[in-house]
Amino acid sequence: MSAQIQTLTTATALTPRRRRSFLARHEPLVYGALAVLCLLVLWEFCWQMGAISPLFFSGPTAVAAKFWELATNGSLLHDAAYTGRNFLIGFLLALITGVPIGVLLGWYRRLNLFFDPVVNALYAMPRIALYPLIIIWFGIGSGSKVFIVFLSATLPILVNTIAGVRNIDPDLLKAARAFCAKDRQIFVTVALPSSVPFILTGVRQGIALGLIGAIIGELFAGSEGIGYMISYAGQMFQTDTLLVGVVVVAAAGMMLTAAAERARRHFQRWRPEHVGGR
Amino acid sequence: MSVAATKSDGQTMRAAPSHKLVIERMSYRYYVEPEETEFLAFTDVSLTIDDGEFVAIVGPSGCGKTTLLNVIAGLLPHEEGTLTIAGEPVRGPGVNRSMVFQNASLLPWRTVLGNVRYGMEMQRRFDRDVMDRRARDMIALVGLAGFERRFPLQLSGGMQQRVNLARALATDPQVLLMDEPFAALDAQTREFMQVELLKIWARSNKTVLFITHQIDEAAFLADRVVVMGTRPGRIKREFRVDFERPRALSLKRDPRFLAVCDDIWRLIEEEAERINIVRTQ
Repeated sequence: MSAQIQTLTTATALTPRRRRSFLARHEPLVYGALAVLCLLVLWEFCWQMGAISPLFFSGPTAVAAKFWELATNGSLLHDAAYTGRNFLIGFLLALITGVPIGVLLGWYRRLNLFFDPVVNALYAMPRIALYPLIIIWFGIGSGSKVFIVFLSATLPILVNTIAGVRNIDPDLLKAARAFCAKDRQIFVTVALPSSVPFILTGVRQGIALGLIGAIIGELFAGSEGIGYMISYAGQMFQTDTLLVGVVVVAAAGMMLTAAAERARRHFQRWRPEHVGGR
Repeated sequence: MSVAATKSDGQTMRAAPSHKLVIERMSYRYYVEPEETEFLAFTDVSLTIDDGEFVAIVGPSGCGKTTLLNVIAGLLPHEEGTLTIAGEPVRGPGVNRSMVFQNASLLPWRTVLGNVRYGMEMQRRFDRDVMDRRARDMIALVGLAGFERRFPLQLSGGMQQRVNLARALATDPQVLLMDEPFAALDAQTREFMQVELLKIWARSNKTVLFITHQIDEAAFLADRVVVMGTRPGRIKREFRVDFERPRALSLKRDPRFLAVCDDIWRLIEEEAERINIVRTQ
């Protein structure tokens, strides 16, 4: 009885206004899906009309058919699992080294001065230039791919974490000190939470760059994975298989970025929602 | 109200005072790095504040009043002179004083309740449930009951400063240090906050040292107004402000009040002329 009253009052408190229409509630999704749908229809139309040579490109239905074929015979799953595993291991390694090292470099000024040139050089250089070297070190198997992902993802995470710790509001530090906070307390209650938005920006960039690293590593050398599948299909002029690979990579990238975005929102509930033109 | 009575009692009792804050011949020097030049932020400052007293320091910008407050807070080290709070010499930040900052300085990811608890958490003097109860009491005291779950960015500037004040009061300090807490507020909010502060002060019975550059604010709030001069910063004169409490905003239009402000203003003007930074008002 009392529980029922509880839920009723919460429900009314949460929806003070009239329930908005489906379109209004899912506006971003509706508009985005509409654009993709239009493009697909146009593309399929050109494909059906024979305006596209299968040697150079493919059509939506042909790609979908190929996808179904590769998905059911297990080869797509095998390649996706291979690339996904390399990415996941490399990215987790990047996360567990990038964040703590970034926090240390951000917190201790002299340590940062010492390592700054190295970090900057690695961050600024196109990491692809190191691939041949990495293959010499780790061979053409999984090891080199994991390391490439690790290297690609660590740097943005590291650089952003350093920036986050160095951008702490000095007023907050002053307040903490005035209330007798010890260094460890300042670290946990001020430094870490205030660098979370920066860390998550780094994570998002790390996901994007890590995924690029995983695919390019396979294009470069190897015999497995989505990148290899794309590369091999290209050499065989199998544009439909090639596009299946591209679609799978794009979908993975979108899902991972969306997950990072959700995490960012979760950690920034305290920030008022953006207000602006609709 | 009984508040006025206790206040005047407090003043007659000053013959046998319980000094909360004692500063004796304190100076503060700092160095500007490139030229290795030495500056005196303030020199030869002596000031005694009694239990339950409200003292305001006014002075032109650059007179070292904020530096003085930071030294008292223990955020800056003092080398010359002595400084004791409730009989204990000050060496670094301590639990016997709390600061209300010019910027609200609230943790944006903590709720009002979390922010008011923050000072107590850092000081580790209270149990968890005591902290919660004290925090809720202080939130009610500053008039923010019902806003416990809000985040600072969802509050107005005046409300943020109330949280800032509640956080400082929650640690139950011997002396409350206030560093131009209303300077960033608009004129109307500032006036209302002054009245509100006096009400809260009357209920909490704290010893307050209040820094401001606004003469009427100092005269309206304080029992004593200390005027600081500049280059180097030092105490020029003290004014006793004996208007009866509780004080209402209408006091600010009282001729006696205006006369006090005028005296203080003339002293500051004199000081400004002395160092050639006169601005026509």
